Amino acid sequence: MLITFYIAAAVAVIATLLMLTRVNAVHALLYLIVSLLAVAVVFFLLGAYFVAALEVIIYAGAIMVFFVFAIMLLNLGPEAAGQERQWLAEEFVPGPVALTLILMAELLFVLLRGSVAPPALGAVTPKQVGVALYGPYVLAVELASLLLLAGLVGALHLGRREVRERQGGKR
Amino acid sequence: MNESINIPWLVGSLVAAIAFVALNASMLVWLERKVAGHIQRRIGPKEVGPFGLFQSFADGLKLMSKQLIVPECSDRILFKVAPLLVMVPAIMSFVVIPFSENLVARNINIGLLVIFAFASVNVLGLLLGGWGSANKYAVISGARAVSQNVAYEIPMLVTVVTMIMVTQTMNLNEIVLQQPDIFHWYIFRLNASPLMPVAFLIFFVCSMAETNRAPFDLGEAESELVAGFHTEYAGMGFGLFFLGEYANVFIGCSLATILFLGGWQSPFGVFPGVWWFLLKVYTLIFVVMWARWTFPRTTLYGLLNLSWKILIPISLFNLVLTGVMLKVF
Repeated sequence: MLITFYIAAAVAVIATLLMLTRVNAVHALLYLIVSLLAVAVVFFLLGAYFVAALEVIIYAGAIMVFFVFAIMLLNLGPEAAGQERQWLAEEFVPGPVALTLILMAELLFVLLRGSVAPPALGAVTPKQVGVALYGPYVLAVELASLLLLAGLVGALHLGRREVRERQGGKR
Repeated sequence: MNESINIPWLVGSLVAAIAFVALNASMLVWLERKVAGHIQRRIGPKEVGPFGLFQSFADGLKLMSKQLIVPECSDRILFKVAPLLVMVPAIMSFVVIPFSENLVARNINIGLLVIFAFASVNVLGLLLGGWGSANKYAVISGARAVSQNVAYEIPMLVTVVTMIMVTQTMNLNEIVLQQPDIFHWYIFRLNASPLMPVAFLIFFVCSMAETNRAPFDLGEAESELVAGFHTEYAGMGFGLFFLGEYANVFIGCSLATILFLGGWQSPFGVFPGVWWFLLKVYTLIFVVMWARWTFPRTTLYGLLNLSWKILIPISLFNLVLTGVMLKVF
């Protein structure tokens, strides 16, 4: 089982790297989906079946679908790819690399200190997740729902304005 | 990882699932053409084999012998990957479907979620097929398929959440075990929620829309979009989309059977088994075909309005009502 974990982890890392370096936005997104699917496999191997399934449904499914949708509505073509290539130019490399190195150092520090969660806690059932969400973390759930409400209101506002303008145009 | 996994059993069931998907699709194509024929007062296929039964095998051979043409401007890799992205999740979903008490490849605790996880990957295949073929009509169709799937996933998942609240489990086999005879089928459990039959209807309509079946087949509206996302596909590329569609119809109907109609349990409590499951599923599939040849195709706005203005409010109301009923009784 350890081998499958390493394979999934390697896929996730490689797909993320490819995602960062692609000039074609749709290809980049697809690598992101592959990376998220690999992370779902990692979750599955750690015994978090429920989280693995949710990872696929929420990230690889719904958000990606919206994401690809938005990308399609942008005008993609050779120019967009050229622009992307410019953004990947060498002078922009040091900043992200420095930030990543800081994260890397932190990760190494934590790993070397040995304060890591045990690899397998046993299977986590959906019930446990639900109890945890609505027990100790209920405030976080409420905050998340508030965030979604804000998005909903925003969408409603944008949609309404368009309808009014269209009716105004008719008159 | 903590339970022993029987590798030969899993491989065997995957092979069986692939064989079943192919056989199921070829029989359903034949059935579809027969049903269409009789509904329109025609005979349908009758030349190849008895009652034209081997017609779809002949068609399959023809599709397999055809050249796979990849259009010049297309995104080659995506174009070739897209049919697989439709096909593979459909086959994977069969792993968790309980055909009978023991005839299930992997009786996993979150079977219901697994099926929806794979179903969400399936949409990606349609979108990529449309986008990859760099054809206006295909791109429009891909975008339509996505908006339709997003719109109908909501009432479907809300209904499923309602069912999970009632059944208290996401294990498909346990859900079936809770429905030993016709009075315990969830569609008739009015004491759980008076709206159970409505919930079944919503689920059924949504699964029809999710699989892009007529009257919701906006994605491949021939009159406007040539053939939709598979316009540029020839031979088995098209064939895989087709197989995937029928596999998804089967999965949708079997989920409806498992959740509402007692799965492999017999209506009278005698002789439970795989035959009851198949009988119920194919009856539902017949209804899907019946609907296809009875109702004209809806418009895109009609389709989205049906979901956002009718199905979502009703399913949300049902969710709240079921919660209250569970709390009170």
